[in-house]
Amino acid sequence: MPFEPKEPQKEIKYEETRIYSEAELKNYTDEELKNFKVKHEIPDLEELEKGPWPSFVSDAKQEALHRRKLADDRMLIDRDVVEDMLGQLQVSFDEGETHWKHGGIVGVFGYGGGVIGRYSDLPEKYPSIAHFHTIRVNQPASKFYNSDFLRTVCDLWEYRGSGLMNLHGSTGDMVLLGTTTEQLEPIFFELTHVLGQDIGGSGSNLRTPSCCIGKARCEFACYDTQALCYELTQYYQDELHRPAFPYKFKFKFDGCPNGCVASIARSDMSFIGTWRDDIRIDQDAVKAYIAGDVLPNGGAHRGRDWGKFDIQKEVIGLCPTKCMSMVDGELVIDNKECTRCMHCINVMPKALRPGKDTGISILLGAKAPILEGAQMATLIVPFMKAEPPYDNIKEFIEKVWEFWMEEGKNRERLGELMQRFGLPKFLEIIGLPPAPQMVKTPRENPYIFWKEEDVPGGWTRDIKEYRARHKR
Amino acid sequence: MALSLDRLGLYDPKDPLKDRLTDLGPRHFWQYFPPVIQNNYGKWAYHEVLEPGILVHVSETGDKVYTVRCGGARFMTVQHVREICDIADKYCAGSVRFTTRNNIEFLVDSVEKLEALKKDLESRKFVSGSYKFPIGGTGAGVTNIVHTQGYVHCHTPATDASSMVKAVADELFEYFQGMTLPAKVRVSMACCLNMCGAVHCSDIALLGYHRKPPIVDHEVIDRVCEIPLAIAACPVGAISPDKTPEGGKTVKIKQERCMFCGNCYTMCQALPLSDKEGDGVTILAGGKISNRISQPKFSKVVVPWLPNTFPRFPEVVENVKKIIEAYAVDANKYERLGDWAERIGWEKFFEKTGLEFTDHLIDDYRLAYDTWRTSTQFKFTDAAWNVSKVAGGIE
Repeated sequence: MPFEPKEPQKEIKYEETRIYSEAELKNYTDEELKNFKVKHEIPDLEELEKGPWPSFVSDAKQEALHRRKLADDRMLIDRDVVEDMLGQLQVSFDEGETHWKHGGIVGVFGYGGGVIGRYSDLPEKYPSIAHFHTIRVNQPASKFYNSDFLRTVCDLWEYRGSGLMNLHGSTGDMVLLGTTTEQLEPIFFELTHVLGQDIGGSGSNLRTPSCCIGKARCEFACYDTQALCYELTQYYQDELHRPAFPYKFKFKFDGCPNGCVASIARSDMSFIGTWRDDIRIDQDAVKAYIAGDVLPNGGAHRGRDWGKFDIQKEVIGLCPTKCMSMVDGELVIDNKECTRCMHCINVMPKALRPGKDTGISILLGAKAPILEGAQMATLIVPFMKAEPPYDNIKEFIEKVWEFWMEEGKNRERLGELMQRFGLPKFLEIIGLPPAPQMVKTPRENPYIFWKEEDVPGGWTRDIKEYRARHKR
Repeated sequence: MALSLDRLGLYDPKDPLKDRLTDLGPRHFWQYFPPVIQNNYGKWAYHEVLEPGILVHVSETGDKVYTVRCGGARFMTVQHVREICDIADKYCAGSVRFTTRNNIEFLVDSVEKLEALKKDLESRKFVSGSYKFPIGGTGAGVTNIVHTQGYVHCHTPATDASSMVKAVADELFEYFQGMTLPAKVRVSMACCLNMCGAVHCSDIALLGYHRKPPIVDHEVIDRVCEIPLAIAACPVGAISPDKTPEGGKTVKIKQERCMFCGNCYTMCQALPLSDKEGDGVTILAGGKISNRISQPKFSKVVVPWLPNTFPRFPEVVENVKKIIEAYAVDANKYERLGDWAERIGWEKFFEKTGLEFTDHLIDDYRLAYDTWRTSTQFKFTDAAWNVSKVAGGIE
């Protein structure tokens, strides 16, 4: 298998790792759950138990009841922790303001990231959530798990934490919500020793990289998103755990321009799969789509009658570059005009596939609005091969980081720094030639910052010589 | 190796470096792939959505994998995750995955297993009645609403997240379980302008918003904050140094300049801005991240503010429904919400959705001019006739 990890990975067997017995895990009945009241009045939260969508309140109640019925020595965090969290949430609804304190630096020894300190500002009323820190756990690429791993995390987190978690946080980590300062180191030890698993990033460092499902279950993936995500995560462990950057830095890996992990909108460095040869066409399959034997877009519009598939209207007419046509009953693509938007391939996945000469486009500088307004990533490298050991990619990353770490101000994201310096200067620093692909249009204002060396004779001139030609 | 039961487990506070393992990174992904995924890695030929929430991927080798996608609340307890594990053990040899949008996906390799799994998932409900694992979230519908922490775990939110998402998802449930829309509609929620959820490129974005400038906690600011950092954090230069009557260092705020971003509070806990009346929800629409047909684009503010009506946010729900229903009726097949709004023109967007256009929707921040119309190409709507009347142009 070409994707074996470099280090042997130990296998986890829940039967060997477990804390709780089957009887303890199923220590309450549906009837008990139905009649269960948490210790605080939570009328608004109970309103959120209605309706079809999974109710986080109903879920939290399960855990609250479960903790109530566990023996005293079967958890190290106060048994009321879930009930107090719900109680405080109700107060936040009543008062329209959060009750989590700002700040508090906690972490594990030698790391600067991965743990987020959290304290209640109503500790007398809700003592069991007085400390309620978050631990970010670095998720495996594209978030596949087995139950042995997940159950072990659950036991660990029920014993040493609140039993509440997020699957997953926005950046991709598995987020464990709510533990005390005392338990941070023990949890880290258990994670690394028993689970063979590290924590993720937070603060001014490399954030946990994340990727789309890629080649694991998608026919569009133009490079191995998981392998690249894993490799860079491992290679940059130091950057991930020990803050040395001006601010956060995010890598995200999309296998194709459909962008399922949204790298173009929310990563400082966005890797998007692409190809530079021709879209592969199966003309028989094209005919099958036209004949109505295959549903367009993989059947994604099945819920409504949109009429018979019309290749002219739905594919050729919607092509943003109009580079497609039907000639003698065959679909023809003028590939040199194609901008690889994916629409035709998405509509007819059985007939059309990305080319075989694949790689990545690299875009830089996306971020949400804080500080200087939202930015989308800017195309910097149109095409780069993405093959192990990815030395070309690492070299590029380090060139960009060197610039950002040298010049970036406190809390300045890469995209903001690029704006402050200007794209031409940035390109000069990282040593890339300018190209029309990097802009939507050439500049509209003519205020060009010519440099002295651009102009023959330089900028130093003699006023006397000038006056010899022009009277004052 | 068993999990430890000792209070401090393997950790010895007197010797923190003893046997310490660091920088392991995540578990390698390969071991968690079910055999059908390992055997067909990179060999997938095409896929089909068989019904809402059910996908089949077909490999060049002829292998098929069926995926059942279920909504998840993102916030989950270990009890819920254990139930996910039970299902994975029963039908999927212990394997399960999560999507970027917090859906849970179970993968099986035969139609028989698929049918049994579907029935099982549909039967599982919380005692109060909501589904534990609703199937859906594929194709031309609404998938899971990604969101942030809100009051559950965050110190800066202007609203709550889990409750708002629950309220909206209940109302959009038919779109989660159906594929009747012109294209996919991605709804996202972030509880303050920090946008940990990066909602700024969603078809519909719900955004918690503060509307009162920070309160200065003069008594402690000099002790708990780096005042120069707080001043530098303000993108509009509204904060400047000041002295308290006692001569202590503090700051003053030009309130009319504040645009309530909360940056100062992020840097300095002595500048809180949460407030029951001030805080609420902004709705943005028309963004996308895909490069499909049109380029990725930012969402635009279409409702400047709605109150935080806990726990079910009826005003937010109503406005989201107005947008989706107008879009569902009017847009073309494959047309994303933002592409629809651009095709018909934003003036028609407001007419068709019935949303009110107010002065708060005209950009007055940096680069605002880029969004002003410098053309006579526009469409007449009631809003246009109203301006003409006020200007004395028509009766």
